[in-house]
Amino acid sequence: MKTLYALILTVLLLPSRGMGQDLMDLFEDEEEVRVEYAVNTFFSTRVINGQSIEAPYPGDLVFVVSHHFGRLNQGAYELWGLDQATIRLGMDYGISDKLSVSVGRSSYQKTFDGFVKYKLLRQQTGLRDIPLSVSLFSGAYLNSLRWPEGSDFSFKHRMSYVQQLLIARRFSRAISLQLSPAWVHKNLVTVTEDPNDYFVLGMGGRWRVSDWMGISLEYFYRFQEAASYDSYDSFSIGIDLDTGGHVFQLHFTNSQPMFEPGFLTDTRGNWLDGDIYFGFHITRTFALR
Amino acid sequence: MKNRAILVACLLACMHLSASSQVYLTRNGTIRFFSEAPLENIEALNRQVMSALNTETGEFVFRLPMRSFAFDKALMQEHFNDNFVESHKYPNATFQGVMEGIGDIDFDRPGEISVVVEGELTIKDVSKNIRESGTLHIHEDHLHASAEFIIAPEDYNIRIPTRYARNIAREIEVFVDVNLRPQ
Repeated sequence: MKTLYALILTVLLLPSRGMGQDLMDLFEDEEEVRVEYAVNTFFSTRVINGQSIEAPYPGDLVFVVSHHFGRLNQGAYELWGLDQATIRLGMDYGISDKLSVSVGRSSYQKTFDGFVKYKLLRQQTGLRDIPLSVSLFSGAYLNSLRWPEGSDFSFKHRMSYVQQLLIARRFSRAISLQLSPAWVHKNLVTVTEDPNDYFVLGMGGRWRVSDWMGISLEYFYRFQEAASYDSYDSFSIGIDLDTGGHVFQLHFTNSQPMFEPGFLTDTRGNWLDGDIYFGFHITRTFALR
Repeated sequence: MKNRAILVACLLACMHLSASSQVYLTRNGTIRFFSEAPLENIEALNRQVMSALNTETGEFVFRLPMRSFAFDKALMQEHFNDNFVESHKYPNATFQGVMEGIGDIDFDRPGEISVVVEGELTIKDVSKNIRESGTLHIHEDHLHASAEFIIAPEDYNIRIPTRYARNIAREIEVFVDVNLRPQ
């Protein structure tokens, strides 16, 4: 008999679902493991002059308007360089999650450029932990200046090419760093002593001061340099302001050109002499689909 | 005597079983929000809303992953998660509340009734008490609950820079829609 009463008691005391139980517990252990990509490693598709790991989302068209004014050390008469400007107008377009393409035209040496960026690896947590993002960059550049009278250059002499690996990591919300080894090939150089191939190691970083603002640094170390003229490693410092659809990047740099073979190997300015160019990029993103 | 005791035990067990089916839930409810501002309207839809209602106690809960809000524009979605709601730090929004007067509702009779739900809405670790009215549609095999209400992002520590005043509304309309089935 006693066992039966015990049985009744047990049934009565069984935890009744929904009575005392916190309903929220039903979902606690159901957290879906999802892929979390590192986004916003840099605010824009450029760290400063150089390419960043960022690319437009598929279907997004990004207009990039870039200016470099003249050298600061030209003094008041030239309004510290603001009287002159070199410009680049460009467009980046996201074809897929991995692939983006760009075209542009610089006033410097009337250069047309076209390049692709392909994401090999994306930094992520969740299902898989991948600590780095890696993209491949490949660009072609066409100098469209008229040849001097009587010269016998052909079309191939107008071309330069850049292959670059972009290796980036967003260490935290505040700090992102990137290494960008590059190989530059020029079909035409000034004198035969100048190398046709250059290897360059780029380093860049962003300190995200607030949600919408960052400070960037960028440096390109060259393993070769031209013999026929003075050139320097490119060094730049900048401020990025993200306003949602627009990104404003303001910077100081010793590179006048704004396309890769130019600033990677033909940086003529020397910071120590005050050959510093003030410049900016303004990017505007349009979602086309 | 012995038989009768067994009978009582069985009866109690049956009652217990029926009591245990008083929880209705879903894992794919929807919550949509809409921002109407002079320059643009922004809309996002979340189809991974988890919700449960205890029809005996009135306890009513919601839990939704913030990352599951889908926007038209990918860049907008990135800004939502990375800049505004900081989904990496605060992955879920929750609501824990009570449906008032649940004892007066006859869940065996199909129909539509107005209900009031009160409780704590938590977004970005900020909890606010809200009390909103909605509609409960009783079907034979499930319950359909829906509500529309307004929340202000700044109440939940979502800072919207002033330059967005013409892009993002200060008050966001929220539409809740869940089909709850017996557990």
